[in-house]
Amino acid sequence: MVGVLQKLSVAWRLGRQAVFRPVVQAGWQHVRNSSHFTYYPDTVPESHDETQRLNLFQAINNALDLALATDDSAVIFGEDVGFGGVFRCTIGLQDKFGKDRVFNTPLCEQGIAGFAIGSAVGGATTIAEMQFADYIFPAFDQIVNEAAKYRYRSGNLFNCGKLTIRAPCGAVGHGGLYHSQSPEAYFSHTPGLKVVVPRGPIKAKGLLLSCIRDDNPCIFLEPKVLYRSAVEMVPTSDYTYPLSSADILLEGEDITLLGWGTQVHVLREVAELAREQLNVSCEVIDLVTILPWDQQTVCNSVKKTGRLIVAHEAPVTSGFGAEIAAAVQSECFLHLEAPVERVCGFDTPFPHIFEPFYLPDKWRCLSAVKKMMNY
Amino acid sequence: MKMLTNILSSVLRPRGAAGQLWGQGSAALMWTDFWELSMRALAPFMTAVRGAGGNSTTEATFETRPYKLHRLEEPPLPSTTCTRDDALLYYRQMQIIRRLESASGNLYKEKAIRGFCHLYSGQEAICVGIRAALRSEDSVITAYRDHGWAYVMGCSVVGVMAELTGRSQGVARGKGGSMHMYAKNFFGGNGIVGAQVPVGAGVALANKYLGRKAICVSLYGDGAANQGQLFEAYNMAKLMNLPAVFICENNGYGMGTSVDRASASINYYTRGDYVPGIWIDGMDVLSVREALRYSIDYCTTGGPSGNGRGPLVLEVATYRYHGHSMSDPGTSYRTRDEIQEVRQTRDPYNALQGTYCWRRLGHCGGA
Repeated sequence: MVGVLQKLSVAWRLGRQAVFRPVVQAGWQHVRNSSHFTYYPDTVPESHDETQRLNLFQAINNALDLALATDDSAVIFGEDVGFGGVFRCTIGLQDKFGKDRVFNTPLCEQGIAGFAIGSAVGGATTIAEMQFADYIFPAFDQIVNEAAKYRYRSGNLFNCGKLTIRAPCGAVGHGGLYHSQSPEAYFSHTPGLKVVVPRGPIKAKGLLLSCIRDDNPCIFLEPKVLYRSAVEMVPTSDYTYPLSSADILLEGEDITLLGWGTQVHVLREVAELAREQLNVSCEVIDLVTILPWDQQTVCNSVKKTGRLIVAHEAPVTSGFGAEIAAAVQSECFLHLEAPVERVCGFDTPFPHIFEPFYLPDKWRCLSAVKKMMNY
Repeated sequence: MKMLTNILSSVLRPRGAAGQLWGQGSAALMWTDFWELSMRALAPFMTAVRGAGGNSTTEATFETRPYKLHRLEEPPLPSTTCTRDDALLYYRQMQIIRRLESASGNLYKEKAIRGFCHLYSGQEAICVGIRAALRSEDSVITAYRDHGWAYVMGCSVVGVMAELTGRSQGVARGKGGSMHMYAKNFFGGNGIVGAQVPVGAGVALANKYLGRKAICVSLYGDGAANQGQLFEAYNMAKLMNLPAVFICENNGYGMGTSVDRASASINYYTRGDYVPGIWIDGMDVLSVREALRYSIDYCTTGGPSGNGRGPLVLEVATYRYHGHSMSDPGTSYRTRDEIQEVRQTRDPYNALQGTYCWRRLGHCGGA
C-alpha cells in the first residue's frame, strides 16, 4: 500500500514537472541560433585602390552619403530616418546634409510612397525608406499603380525614374510574421519597376548607387540579417554595378544553384557540402536583380549544367522561382537532365517560432541536390 | 493597521528596499520569481480586504479629471463612485500588467523572448479602465502593445508568458508571439501600424448587422493616427452609424518621433472631424472607465430606429516608460528626466494608490 502511494506520489511529481517544465525552462533553454547561414564575403575588385571595413548598413550609409553629396536634388525620408533609422542606415546624414534633405515622416507608408513618387516626378532624386519590407503593402497601390505606370501612361512626358524605395527584408532569426517577409515576387509582377536585392556590403553600395541613378523607379530590398553580420572591405570611391546582371560566384559543371540576398550564402555552403559529400560540382549564381532579370546568364549556366535549383525565402507558390523555372524550361528544355527544383519557404505565413523549419536551409537545399543528381 | 504594516514590511524585506520591489529591479526577475513576488506582494491587500471590515468605507465618490469635448454637448459625468473591491481589482490588474511587462523585458534580454516585443508599462490605466466599463458582449481590437490587453480580456498570465516565449501553451499556441494574442471578443494584437482600425470598424458593422447591442473598441497609437486607413474607417463608421469607438492612445511618441513633429494637429480627439470626440486623462483609471461608460451609452442608444448615435473618437493621454520596442532604449528622443517626472507625478497606479485605495477607501494597502 505504501509502495503504491509512493509510486503515485512520484508519478504526480513527475507529471507536475512535465506540466511546468516548459515554463520553468523558458528562461535558459530556449535560445535559438540566430543565423541559418555562414557568410561568404566578396573580395575587393582589383580596380579599386582604397577600401574600408564596412558592414552592410555602413555600406548603405556610405552609398546614401555619396548620393546626397553628388546630387544636390537628392532627398531621403522615411520613418525615423532623421536619427539614423532603426537599422542605422541613415545615421549622421541629417547632421551632414541638413533637415531639409534628410527628414522623418509620420507613420504612413502609403503617404510616404505617394509623396516620394510626386517628389521624383517633380524632379528631385528621391530615396524613400520603408521601415520594413513587411510594411510596404499599404504603399503597394502607389508603387504598382502610380510609380510603375507613370512613364508609360504619360507617353514618356513624365516619369518617376528618380525614385528609389529602400526596405529591409528577409528572415532575421526571430522576426515573426511582420518583420521577416520577402516581398520581391509581388513587385516582379509589375512592369515598370526594377527590383534589386544585394548579397553583401560591396555589392550593396554599388547597386544602391545604380538604383538611385537609374532612370526607372527601383525597389531596393536589403536583407536585414546581413546589416551587421556581413562585413567586407568596401571601396571608398563612388562606383556602380550594372542592374539586371547576375553574378556567377562559383563555376561548376553538374548543377546550377540560383538565389539572391541571404540565400546566396546558404547556396555557397551547399556547394561546398555537395562537393565534399556527393562529389558534385555546383555553379552558384546570385541573380542580383529580380526585375528585369538576367535570363541569359541563368540559361547559359543551365545549358551547361543541365540542372537548376532556385532557392528563396519567400513562399514557393508564385515565388519568383516559379517564373525562373518556367522561363528555363522554355529556353533550356532539351538541355535539362532533371526538372527544375524550387527550394523555398513553405506556403504558410512567416512563422515566429518555427522559422528554422520554414527556411530553405542548407540541408533542404542539399537534399534537393541529391535528388536531382539521382533523377 | 499595525498588523498590515507588519505584513507589508515582511513582504518587502526579502527584496531589500521597498522601491526596488516595484521598480526597475536590479536583479533580473526570473519566471518563478515573478509568480512568487506577485503573490507575496498581493497577499497583504487580500488580507486587508478580509480583515479591515468595519473600520473603512466600502464605496466612495471621486471626481473624474476634466474632459475635453469635440462636437458633443454633454461631457461624461464629473464624478463617479468606486467600490473597495473594484479599486482593489484595478490596482491588482495594473500591478500584474506592470510586473508582467518588467518580466517580459527581462526575459527578452535573456533571449527567452525573441522577435518584437512592445511593453505597456505606463499605459496600464487605459486597458484596465476600458475593461472595467465594457460589458461581456463588447469587443476590443488593438495594435501590437497587447500583453496587458490580453490579460484583462481573460488570458492568464501564464498564457501570455507562454505565448511570448513561443510555447504551445500560449494563448495563440505560440504561433503569434508578442504582437498577436487573442481571447473571446478580443480580436487581437495586430502587427501593422493602423491596420486594426478599419478591421475594428468592420467588427462594429457585424455587431450592428447581427443586432447585438455591442460596441467595438479599436485602439491605436498617436503614430498610427497618421495612417490614411484610419480616416477611411472614420468615414465608413459615421456613414453607417456604427457602434465603433476609436481610441487613440497618445503616449507622446510614434516610435522615435514626438507627436508635434509627426502630426499637423495633435488634438487627436478632434481628428475624426465629423465624428464627435472626447479627450481623457489616461493616467486616471476612473476617468477612463467613466468615459467608456459614456461611450457605450452613446454608441448603443439615442439614435434612429433604436440604434446608437454612431462612432466616437477618444484620445487618452498617457505615457510609455519603455522604448517603442525592445530595440529602442527610449532615451535618444526624450530625456531620462522626462520619464522620471512622469513616473513620479502621473504614474497610473501611484495615482490610484494615492487617491482611492489608501486615502478614501480605508487604507486598504496598509501604508
